[in-house]
Amino acid sequence: MTVTEIGSARLRKEDQRLITGRTRYTDNMTLPGMLHIACVRSPFAHATITAIDVSEAKASPGVVSVLTGRDLADEQGSLPCAWPITEDQKAPPHPAVAVDHVAFAGEIVAVVVARTAAQARDAVELVDVDYDELPVVLGLEHALTDEVLAHPSLGTNKSATWVFDSAEAGTGTDVDQALAGSDVVVERTYTQQRLIPAFMEPRSTLVDPTGDQIVMWSATQVPHILRLMLAMTLGIPEGKVRVIAPDVGGGFGGKLQVTPEEVVTLLAARRIGKPVKLTETRSESLMAAHHGRAQLQRLKIGATKDGIVTGLSVDLLADMGAYLGLVTPGVPVLGAFMFNSIYKFPAYRFSTTNLFTNKTWTDAYRGAGRPEATFGIERLMDDLAAELGMDPLELREKNWIKHEEFPFTTVAGLEYDTGNYEAATAKALELFGYDELRAEQKQRRDAGDRVQLGIGISTFTEMCGLAPSRVLGSLNYGAGGWEHATVRMLPTGSVEVVTGASAHGQGHETAFSQIVADRLGIPFDNIEVLHGDTASSHKGLDTYGSRSLVVGGMAIVAAADKVIEKAKAVAAHMMEANPDDVEFAAGNFTVKGTDASVNIAETALAVFAAHDLPDGMEPSLDSDATFDPENFNYPHGTHLAAMEVDTETGEVTLRKYVCVDDIGNVVNPLIVEGQIHGGLVQGIAQALFEEAVHDDAGTLVSGSFVDYLVPSAADLPSFITDRTETPATTNALGVKGVGEAGTIASTPAIVNGVIDAVRHLGVEDILMPCSPHRVWTAINNAGKGGLAAKGGGAEAAVPETTSPEQAASGSNSSGSLPTGDVQ
Amino acid sequence: MANTPISVTVDQVTYEDDVEPRTLLVQYLREQLGKTGTLIGCDTTNCGACTVHLDGQSVKSCTMFAVQADGHDVTTIEGLAQDGDLHPMQQAFHEKHALQCGFCTPGMIMQSIALLQENPNPTEQEVREGLEGNLCRCTGYQNIVAAVQAAAGAGSAAGTQSEEGAA
Ligand code: FES
Ligand code: FES
Repeated sequence: MTVTEIGSARLRKEDQRLITGRTRYTDNMTLPGMLHIACVRSPFAHATITAIDVSEAKASPGVVSVLTGRDLADEQGSLPCAWPITEDQKAPPHPAVAVDHVAFAGEIVAVVVARTAAQARDAVELVDVDYDELPVVLGLEHALTDEVLAHPSLGTNKSATWVFDSAEAGTGTDVDQALAGSDVVVERTYTQQRLIPAFMEPRSTLVDPTGDQIVMWSATQVPHILRLMLAMTLGIPEGKVRVIAPDVGGGFGGKLQVTPEEVVTLLAARRIGKPVKLTETRSESLMAAHHGRAQLQRLKIGATKDGIVTGLSVDLLADMGAYLGLVTPGVPVLGAFMFNSIYKFPAYRFSTTNLFTNKTWTDAYRGAGRPEATFGIERLMDDLAAELGMDPLELREKNWIKHEEFPFTTVAGLEYDTGNYEAATAKALELFGYDELRAEQKQRRDAGDRVQLGIGISTFTEMCGLAPSRVLGSLNYGAGGWEHATVRMLPTGSVEVVTGASAHGQGHETAFSQIVADRLGIPFDNIEVLHGDTASSHKGLDTYGSRSLVVGGMAIVAAADKVIEKAKAVAAHMMEANPDDVEFAAGNFTVKGTDASVNIAETALAVFAAHDLPDGMEPSLDSDATFDPENFNYPHGTHLAAMEVDTETGEVTLRKYVCVDDIGNVVNPLIVEGQIHGGLVQGIAQALFEEAVHDDAGTLVSGSFVDYLVPSAADLPSFITDRTETPATTNALGVKGVGEAGTIASTPAIVNGVIDAVRHLGVEDILMPCSPHRVWTAINNAGKGGLAAKGGGAEAAVPETTSPEQAASGSNSSGSLPTGDVQ
Repeated sequence: MANTPISVTVDQVTYEDDVEPRTLLVQYLREQLGKTGTLIGCDTTNCGACTVHLDGQSVKSCTMFAVQADGHDVTTIEGLAQDGDLHPMQQAFHEKHALQCGFCTPGMIMQSIALLQENPNPTEQEVREGLEGNLCRCTGYQNIVAAVQAAAGAGSAAGTQSEEGAA
């Protein structure tokens, strides 16, 4: 066997059960005597609970128990936040079941446990809760004033402010000075609307308390973190909890959490002594599973007349929602390292002010901080190019790191190991037909066509493979970023690989098998990958931040190499050779200069028998390894979107999308392409379709799939995807993360394209999602004055907000949309 | 709430059961018959995860009551493979990497089969429109569309194979 598995488009091992319906999603499971939970949730975004009457519910058929926050107050503790970004960060206590105060609509105030799910839901209607409504704070600028407090007991809505300054860090110069000395300064405020991860499998948790260990099955991305946190927050000895993530139907960061639903299911099961299951409805999921994005970005960029950027200043207001989840405060902080993106900015300052509002709490959503940052800088580069009268691509090229300049330490302090932005861009332009499309655009503009064409550009990089533990330590994160693996040689020559990464659609079983097949020379089909159960995979930090391959995969490589080392000693002994003369390739040990040969399966059998091993050797080839990355890895790419905008209806059509991504070496091109496609669509959905909208009272208006517009196949075209391959030097496989790339890059490509189509009409910004109504309004308002005034460089389009939430927050760019300030 | 007796054939086995009149077909399949291959992704009939065939036509099994299936023939994702051979659409989903987490997959496959039964040679746009009622959050649909077209191209097999048993 030669080295062929890595790089081959292996069909996925995990498909068989998924295409035949033999799945193990949590809600598919039933245990003897299992009871069901349904939740009573607050209809109010902010209220005091004055009384709860559960007597009628308790008498309802099939009901076993009704539990309120007061009932659980002594045992439920507070849900964990693992990332206090500053020493003085403020946070309210976060009980799984509210005791006397609710801070967002959808918060659990009581649970009903009954024999059937239907009986539990019926009885929920009978729980009588008295609320005293309190005023709500919903918008970020409103929250900043502290006029209304999301948590009156906290005394402020400000959780923390976190600052990075390149002059202080010694990675660059002072940004205020840089901007003051610039020929051009462009100042903008962009809005990152609130999104909902909307994984297709609603969250579900089943807890069996009947054995010596409490066993929890849960639709989670993070079984290991969940176990640790349950032990720490509920005071259960860690060894007495086992968490299993069986088949999990997508996560996208949305299942990177320790949820109230998980905690209350455990508490109820433990009290009653029976297995208990909680499966949320979609409406509950949209309302109460954590949301993502939700930032107001106030940006300033300076440049010389000929387009060399002098400095960037970023001032964020970030919406935490009502509570801090597992990594909520750190999400905007991740963006701090990405606003400077692929560019050589000499001066940089970033600050985020994290604010509480009376909305569902936010946390990681695919990309977590990096899509927000990429959107901000890529939109800003386009606006700067427009201000300078320069092609947006030319401006980017003038400022990006050249391929011969790597490794490059950025103004945010990261060391980018490799990259070739020129190559990716050249390939993308060619696939796109950039020059032809620009010519067509000009033609249509000149002719005043009703349907205008715009070209959206997004060049991006991201930090992947979370994360070097010492970097996390320096950011005050509560854990490390390593990953663990075990490689076990079975006596028959097949292999079990145990990984701490926990898959929920990524295809780990296939990709990891490919890696081990090459490393050990064992057939792909003889490799079994075990994951997602803290009993079999005892150690791990799970799956998020595009880390499974680059961190988890490297742990597997390291463990496999230890197996080879041990097996080599056995093989040498079997061949009566000096281990130094033994070589290993494609599963076979050979002795230099002879034809003696033993394969690795034979060594496994010999070790199992243990009859004749080298003196002092432990009879086992099995090996563990824990890999802690020294650096992140930095995938990059160039994404181009051709957008058509009907200037009379505001309708936007994505005509062509080309992306060239550089994710280094590829283990499985099929899986890579799937990740790109799915990522693109989530990013495009932010640009064109999705938004969590709240009314003035803080009720989620887009609370079902009727209103929260996850795109369907009919809303999208096919994409042209390609790659350049610049291997990462930060890991031995030369790989980079791919799970988040599409999402990070596509949002600004789309919006830049929409704006490019109508910029000549005087439009400078359109809030996301760029719905026909918003686009039409922006064009119409621009036509009323923007275009005429454009010559003076003073007025810009006034995009109308259709979302009450943005109107309420004052985050409408029209309020603060400054124009390029030519000095 | 008196229960109602029903007789329904699911994946070629006939069941006589008593059900609560308010029980949805998907609940009956999952909870009473243990046919958990059919999944629930929403409560507003938008996602299509619950799609099955009723007398050969695709239906979202969360949009009808179990009692309405009385006397009818239901095929779920679990009844597609025959004698260990995958249905051509299942095979196409596998080969084209048309699934990631797999949660939309049962519904997608059932809907795709119905789509080809109606239109054996659809264009890309027709496939996209035919799958409009089925949401997938993972794949971006491109490979799902490719799988349906591959199954169509694989001959009449995928579109016309009689997987509906007696139907
Ligand atoms: S569960 Fe039937 S359409 Fe969503
Ligand atoms: S494969 Fe995950 S929702 Fe479609």
